[in-house]
Amino acid sequence: MSTPALKEWPLWEVFVRSKQGLEHKHCGSLHASDSEHALQMARDVYTRRQEGVSIWVVPSASISASEPNDKPEFFDPASDKVYRHPTFYVIPDEVGHM
Amino acid sequence: MNAPIDYLLHLADNALILGQRNAEWCGHGPILEEDIALANNSLDLIGQARMLYQHAAQLKGGGATEDTLAYFRDVPDFRNYTLCELPHMPLMSATAQGDRDFAITIVRNFLYSSLMVLVWDQLQASKDTHLAAIAAKSLKEVRYHLRHSRDWLLRLGDGTAESHERAQNAINQLLSYTQEFWANSPQETAAVANGTGINTVTLQNDWNQIVNEALQEATLQRPDEGGFVPTGKHGVHSEHLGFVLAEMQSLARTHPQATW
Repeated sequence: MSTPALKEWPLWEVFVRSKQGLEHKHCGSLHASDSEHALQMARDVYTRRQEGVSIWVVPSASISASEPNDKPEFFDPASDKVYRHPTFYVIPDEVGHM
Repeated sequence: MNAPIDYLLHLADNALILGQRNAEWCGHGPILEEDIALANNSLDLIGQARMLYQHAAQLKGGGATEDTLAYFRDVPDFRNYTLCELPHMPLMSATAQGDRDFAITIVRNFLYSSLMVLVWDQLQASKDTHLAAIAAKSLKEVRYHLRHSRDWLLRLGDGTAESHERAQNAINQLLSYTQEFWANSPQETAAVANGTGINTVTLQNDWNQIVNEALQEATLQRPDEGGFVPTGKHGVHSEHLGFVLAEMQSLARTHPQATW
């Protein structure tokens, strides 16, 4: 191996789909040496109680996240735009659940 | 058609004793995730043992239950492979203390699971329909056990100098115990004769292929087998089983018929 051995296994984020048709949801993270290892450990830790039918693992380092400092400019401007919620329409009965 | 009781006990005892051994890691695993993985493995095996004991108890009658079979039989009554009862450490006297070696755990689980994926697969066609149903359920579980142990075997064998050495020592120590797989016992012969069991000897080539491929990928050497063929399934065990039973059975024997 040409790359130096890591002292610590990299961190992975775990996403589990609870049922076919539903989306994968973030449920936690774990340390593992590679993706196959991470999948097996996620299976053993996060799906013991029939929580899932599918697992994704993603290197935590691959996730770009917004900063808490971004909040004023990212999120606050949306707070007075209530018209973006479709609450001003009467939904016809035929449409059913939305 | 029912399988011979001793054949069911052989399958059940393998699962119970290895399940009990793997449970020794509970709370002591090298990392949290692996601790849970080994406990999962253990619970799968104990679950298999329960189903088999329930079936055997029904056939046996006379007040036998899964609990009497697990907790009130003694060493010579157990029909498990000697491989399943060995401690997770280099060979030493049963009274000696030492550190558990994860490589022994992994190699044993690998050798056993490599056999049981073949055994359960074939037992799905057993003329004992109850046993066939247990086989179908157990096959899924043991396929994961094989995947998990094989994966670790590769990581240890093809890992650091120390992990390689430990994995090689574990295979050197344990491989000869697998000779017991290929020497039929009376209960196996009886089960083959009435169509409820399988002739394990016919699985040897497939088992060798699984083992050899994994060892090669893990950069480990397959040692020569030979010498003593263990006799656990005949009820003649190593000195270690008594200590396993002493711990496992003590509660049930101290408080007979206790319930939750």
